[in-house]
Amino acid sequence: MADAAIEVRALRKSYGDVEAVKGIDLTVRVGEVFALLGPNGAGKTTTVEILEGFRDRSGGEARVLGQDPATRDRRLRARIGIVLQSTGIDPYLTVAETIDLFRSYYATPRPVDEVIELVGLTEKRDTRVLKLSGGQQRRLDVGIALAGDPELLFLDEPTTGFDPSARRNAWGVVKNLAELGKTILLTTHYMDEAQVLADRVAVISAGVIVAEGDPASLGGRDTAATLVRFRLPPGQGDVPPSLAEGVSTDDGRVELRTTDPTRTLYELTRWAVERGVVLEGLDVTRPTLEDVYLELTGGEAGHEG
Amino acid sequence: MSDLGLAVRQVRFTNKAFWRNPANAFFTFAFPLMFLVIFTALFGNSDTCVVHGPTRCLRSVSTSTFYVSAIAAFSIITATYTNLAISVSFQRDAGILKRVRGTPLPAWGYMFGRIAHAILVAFLLVIIVGAFGAAFYSADIPSRTLPAYIITIVVGAASFSAMGLALTSVIPNADAAPAVVNATILPLLFLSDIFIPIQNPDAWYVKLAKVFPVYHFAQAMKAAYFSPAGNGFRGADLLVIAIWGVAGVVLAVLFFSWEPRR
Repeated sequence: MADAAIEVRALRKSYGDVEAVKGIDLTVRVGEVFALLGPNGAGKTTTVEILEGFRDRSGGEARVLGQDPATRDRRLRARIGIVLQSTGIDPYLTVAETIDLFRSYYATPRPVDEVIELVGLTEKRDTRVLKLSGGQQRRLDVGIALAGDPELLFLDEPTTGFDPSARRNAWGVVKNLAELGKTILLTTHYMDEAQVLADRVAVISAGVIVAEGDPASLGGRDTAATLVRFRLPPGQGDVPPSLAEGVSTDDGRVELRTTDPTRTLYELTRWAVERGVVLEGLDVTRPTLEDVYLELTGGEAGHEG
Repeated sequence: MSDLGLAVRQVRFTNKAFWRNPANAFFTFAFPLMFLVIFTALFGNSDTCVVHGPTRCLRSVSTSTFYVSAIAAFSIITATYTNLAISVSFQRDAGILKRVRGTPLPAWGYMFGRIAHAILVAFLLVIIVGAFGAAFYSADIPSRTLPAYIITIVVGAASFSAMGLALTSVIPNADAAPAVVNATILPLLFLSDIFIPIQNPDAWYVKLAKVFPVYHFAQAMKAAYFSPAGNGFRGADLLVIAIWGVAGVVLAVLFFSWEPRR
């Protein structure tokens, strides 16, 4: 496949008796932002580190920009940028010196100040790394990965531990990169991050991919039933018989699942208005990516481990 | 940029970062001088034979003069073996090595940067110790034997650098690094004619010390400093040091870890 930046077939990785990755298939197209979404310990980092050339695979095939990453070919490393899960930068160099040092490893690097601007560190240009905040160091991490002007970027949990505004900044940086036409493979355990940034998402759980698609339709989200919730005060009777299917009642709280929310709401509200019934706390929701994700990963979302 | 250009740049940036940690830089240089002053104060009032002939002593100097050569050897070992093993363990734990590993910079380029910088610091230390010794302990800086002295320093510094890098593969984490490094080097410094002049060359501990490179380095440094005649080369000692150095390179290539060993 000519337009595939990353091709993975039946990828497996074992550590002793433990199988961390149990046969993953994955295709990331050139120019696409692809998110690998899953709880900690699901095999995201193992998968990405195999593709980055840090780990050998136990089985299966992997191609990154047409090359086998296990060979650790220098020409391949020259075309990819890596942001690891934890940062590691010499604390005594300044932002500009750090970028300058790393860009010298590449044949066609980006200008220092352009990189610094791209990650929003212009004001910290001459500040030593040890004086940067955690979020700023993370952005410098991204800057280092960009210094060689790579075609393909790996971002392993780029915003873990960020406060909300730092995350929003980081998202801006990633969107900039996508606009530059970079192919990006990012891992995250935040649903909203995948939703905002990714063209396509694969959900990984316990070493296997359990769902794949664009964020809007993942796990049948676009066709799944809409949930209508409200309270019925005692003695108001039952919901209209035409809606009885899909209703569950619990102590006055009513939940109603429907695949035709327009019609259901019309019938429900007409019924309520005609009888003068107040539907307390009326709430209409569609399954969020988070709901889908929690269902797919067995409710492990957000847990550490 | 050529690979050599990259490697030289690596030295420059390593050097830049080194001087920006002033406490570390200061004590790297003050430590050997402190030892020189302490040992000469404790043991400096006698004479020591520094060049043995087949039957008699060819040159005897005051023990404080002996210490100038001995502490010069010590400072080279500190700047290379000790400093590299500890700082590389730290960089490994901090994820700095792994990050470099993900770039096109060849592994040897990074290592060259670290080793070349360690050797430069070693040379600077020798110059400082030598100047201090010439000023206060009547240790003349070698001139006739200068080539031997410089080559001995280069062979020793390169070999101890390689051994320091090899040692990182048995250091479990940065916290343990100083303890592991000291446990391997301090006993040898005491037994190998560095901290204390050897009184009885036939003692069992001298035979033991001769297995390791520190003893041979001390002998080679001493000969290149004090030989009253000849070029001051101690080929056999240099060979032993170099063999240890090559073993260090091989072990480092086989077992060096770029990622934290947890």
